Amino acid sequence: MEFIDYYKVLGLDKNASQDDVKKAYRKLARKHHPDLNPNDKEANKKFQQINEANEVLSDPEKRKKYDQYGKDWQHAEEFEKAKQHQQRSGYSSNEGYGGGFGGGNFSSEDFSSGDFSDFFNSMFGSAAGAGGGGGRRQAQFKGQDYNAELTITLKEAFTTHKRTFTIHDKNVRITVPAGIADGQTIKLKGYGAPGLNGGPAGDLYITFHIEEDNTFKRFGNDLYATVELDLYTAVLGGEKTIDTMDGKVKLKVNAETQNGTKTRLKEKGFPIYKEEGKFGDLIITWNIKIPTGLTEKQKELFRALSQS
Amino acid sequence: MHTSKELIPQEACCTQYNIEVSFIRQLSEYGLIDIVTVEEKSFIHGDQLNELEKFIRLHYDLDINMEGIDAIAHLLTKVRNLQSEVSHLKTRLQIFNADV
Repeated sequence: MEFIDYYKVLGLDKNASQDDVKKAYRKLARKHHPDLNPNDKEANKKFQQINEANEVLSDPEKRKKYDQYGKDWQHAEEFEKAKQHQQRSGYSSNEGYGGGFGGGNFSSEDFSSGDFSDFFNSMFGSAAGAGGGGGRRQAQFKGQDYNAELTITLKEAFTTHKRTFTIHDKNVRITVPAGIADGQTIKLKGYGAPGLNGGPAGDLYITFHIEEDNTFKRFGNDLYATVELDLYTAVLGGEKTIDTMDGKVKLKVNAETQNGTKTRLKEKGFPIYKEEGKFGDLIITWNIKIPTGLTEKQKELFRALSQS
Repeated sequence: MHTSKELIPQEACCTQYNIEVSFIRQLSEYGLIDIVTVEEKSFIHGDQLNELEKFIRLHYDLDINMEGIDAIAHLLTKVRNLQSEVSHLKTRLQIFNADV
């Protein structure tokens, strides 16, 4: 546990007045306040240090203790006991643990002791941080919101499924509803950082990114796919089994189907987000394949066909 | 997104947060929060409480006046949008790098 120079944190010297402490605190708090620095962990950490320094230096008693023991804070308790013992014995000594530092003062209304350093808790006790300032009010801070990103495949986005991931060393298991869109953000209330002074925990915002699929392209709730069709079926008509996200489907192909013709399969597209049982459409574009490797006899038949 | 339709009486907010009615009125005048009037009583939407708490902290804890809060609110929206865009682009870049 390292000694923390609270005066240095606030940029003050030891003789700073209470007013100086207040001004320094306000100035630094405006710069590093979490409300003004969203998603900035460094600023958040710095703000906690500033608050801790303010908590000590704005409270005359805490400041006195801090000034008195300073770097020797670890021995403060035993020194106090020794001093009391000496006083009872009618003997006093001035040597030992003299004050090392100047004083500042601040009042933290925004952070509980749980957010203070081990140094602070060791010197002033873990209860000292809570409400020591006696200020206008004991403000409750909602914990910091977390933002996370999750990349899933189109196939995964097609069905409602569970996902487990770790954020800030905490395992989070979520249900990803079918039909979630690329770039869509969902909020998980209370999965952010813990609240301060009994405030509510922050929220977790998860933004989903959906990978491109080789077969299906998604536009809204509709899916688009290009399917190869042999020339003979395209000319004469017939049946063709195609893949959908939901399995295979047998389609009737009309005779004389042209290359690039589109066929819409109702409700074979993507599930509509949070509307169970509802789906977009699947739009098939037929890509007619010209046969290759024809035999001489087949070529002859094509020639005859072209002249007929 | 969760949106609370709950309406909280303005007076209850003032009591809870120990703030003046004029502060809430000013926030409303600057377009920072919406006040709903029902039968001549003023209410605040439940989903605006987080924002209200933030403005209270900015004003009472950091001594920022209403013009400052207005500017900050505007810039914070921009910051969040930019952060979101950067985050999105980083993810895209990762996908691209993985493919190469």
